[in-house]
Amino acid sequence: MNMEIMPVVLFAAFVGLVLGLSFYFARQAKSAAGYYAAGGSIHWFVNGIAFAGDYLSAASFLGICGMIATAGYDGFLYSIGYLAGWIVALFVVAEPMKRLGKYTFTDALDAKFNSKGIQLAAALSTIIVSLFYLIPQMVGAGVLITPLLGFPHYIGVILVGIIVITIVATAGMTSTTYVQFLKGGLLIVFSLILVVVTLNQGLTTTPDQGGKKPFYQYRTLDASEANGSLQLSDASYQVAGQREVDGLTLVKLLKDGKISWWNRETAAANGQFILREAQWVIQKADGTKIINGEAASAENTLRPIGNLEVIRGKTGEEARIPAVGPAEFLAVIGHPESKVKTWKSVKFAEDLDSVTVHVSSLIPGNRILRPGLKFKVDGSFLQKLDFVSLMLALFLGTASLPHILIRYYTVPSPAAARKSTIIAIAAIGAFYVLTLYMGLGAMVNGTINLADNNMSAPLLAKAFGTFLFAMISAIAFATVLGTVSGLIVAASGAVAHDLMDRYLGMNLSEERKVRAGKISAFAIGIVSIFLGIIFEGMNVSFLVGWAFSVAASANLPSIIMLLFWKRTTAEGIIASIVTGVISAMGLILLSPSMYKLYGLDAATAPVPIDNPGVFSIPLSFVALVVVSLLTGSKKEASASV
Amino acid sequence: MFHEPAAQSGKDPAASFKTLLGVKMFVVYALVYAGFIGINIISPLAMEKEVFWGLNLAVIYGFGLIFLALIMALIYNQACNAREAALMASGSEKAGE
Repeated sequence: MNMEIMPVVLFAAFVGLVLGLSFYFARQAKSAAGYYAAGGSIHWFVNGIAFAGDYLSAASFLGICGMIATAGYDGFLYSIGYLAGWIVALFVVAEPMKRLGKYTFTDALDAKFNSKGIQLAAALSTIIVSLFYLIPQMVGAGVLITPLLGFPHYIGVILVGIIVITIVATAGMTSTTYVQFLKGGLLIVFSLILVVVTLNQGLTTTPDQGGKKPFYQYRTLDASEANGSLQLSDASYQVAGQREVDGLTLVKLLKDGKISWWNRETAAANGQFILREAQWVIQKADGTKIINGEAASAENTLRPIGNLEVIRGKTGEEARIPAVGPAEFLAVIGHPESKVKTWKSVKFAEDLDSVTVHVSSLIPGNRILRPGLKFKVDGSFLQKLDFVSLMLALFLGTASLPHILIRYYTVPSPAAARKSTIIAIAAIGAFYVLTLYMGLGAMVNGTINLADNNMSAPLLAKAFGTFLFAMISAIAFATVLGTVSGLIVAASGAVAHDLMDRYLGMNLSEERKVRAGKISAFAIGIVSIFLGIIFEGMNVSFLVGWAFSVAASANLPSIIMLLFWKRTTAEGIIASIVTGVISAMGLILLSPSMYKLYGLDAATAPVPIDNPGVFSIPLSFVALVVVSLLTGSKKEASASV
Repeated sequence: MFHEPAAQSGKDPAASFKTLLGVKMFVVYALVYAGFIGINIISPLAMEKEVFWGLNLAVIYGFGLIFLALIMALIYNQACNAREAALMASGSEKAGE
């Protein structure tokens, strides 16, 4: 088992601390108000940092940094959108939610109507959004556990599930709040430390992780094509095959009886072109795996990637910059004459084997530091629409997330709700600025794992020593624990308080309501473990983008219209929630990314874009307005008869 | 552990002022945010233009959106605090008359 002592000790200490806090606060969770809303007695500063703890989930720390490390500025779009969403929360939602609600988001929506339909629809929407948000958190847990403790992905997911169920079932919202407070604060402090050491290290074209991993110089070959066959500059290589995959031309070469895969770059005007050495994995039908020509083992894994090939027009030793300031770091990487080596993976079948080839290309710095590598803002109309849709969902999603909304009930007053939101904006904003540095730091320091970019930030920390890696990983793990706890509290509140107590009218006693919440937390925890295992390997921030789309479509239109449109009816709210959930989920299930997950050709997906918000959010608003007008006029008519 | 006593929030006389101010500030921020999206889809190359310190428009606009959110949040809080204090003072005066 690949296990280092320090990460294991720190990890165990964190888990012990978190569980200790839960048992300490267990006595305060005897009443329903104590369990679901921490008795409404949390100080606004603690709640603000806990907001940050809730919000800075695996998606923010692992997913955004991983996406920036591989797609540059496009990953930072998530940081911008997630933070901007807090403006909606502060200016529109915070105080009214506190005034209207008691324990759950459903309470607030239903405060005016006391409608069974709203209770059912809002509770189901809370559960669905929470589950969507739980998936990336559990995926993140599995991702962290593998390098930290050497366990496979599914063990990590199960471990997190068990710990979180224990936290929530023990002390509900009180322990969850203090876990979030602790973790939110530590995450920001240690991320800042990681950024400082990254800047202090400077920039080079041959990063070697402080001497721990020798820099690997990938080979290039000059080639030309004559009479349909490739002519190579090095005669010791023989061409063994060539194929087109996803718009790339891959060339298979043979030397001394060993195969290697190369990426053929577009031909120059004189017919000459370059072949760049790739990395490749062959999964044999008998279950064995070959990596870069040798059998896979603990010693033979994919080489970590990510480096600047050219720094402001210079290469080699003369390009090295010893230490950089925060502005210079971005200016150097974003310089048009800097070139970053980025990687893309393609998969295909060869005989009975499954082959994955990871190919590199050089991208100029000015392309890295503007949107366009992942979200094709300079592409077709549909690609632009996908980008707009994502930014819309991120902006409107925050104020619709159940685990964020319930945190407004843990403070004593609307003014405290407002102040805690401002603390959250300050803490989260500071962290999101740091994500750009951590992501780009991983991109140019050779610390990206080709098979899974989610670990980019912790692996960047590893380049600076085991202690920083262990701390960052343990905090990241606590991040997952905290966010999952908050989500499970929100979902269990929806089941026990909204569905059982109010919708089914079971009139549970305080004690039974708490017990029902704990049993629900257990059931939801089990479901989330299952989902975390299924979605292994997807970027967690991308998955959270979906959760935001579903939340913004299902919840935000009803919150906004309830507050600002007097003609809103209970039926209108129900129609809005149902339309939002069904349209957002339906569009996601038929999207190109899901088709890829099903093992189908993404190009054949019936819905051409990945992010549904641009359709599903307006649809949800329209449903509310139309149904409210219809049902409102019927009521007026029957009242006048 | 920073606990405050649980308190029931009564009628908030500053609620309508805060709601109106919140909506106005939301619209301002939403327009700036929409500007960011608009530049990206209409003229993506403009995002590469250097603004200052070698930083391009994408970085400056992105960081700007984050800092603007904080500045507007502080202004909003200050305005809400001032109105709440003024209404509380006038309420106490009336009660004392």
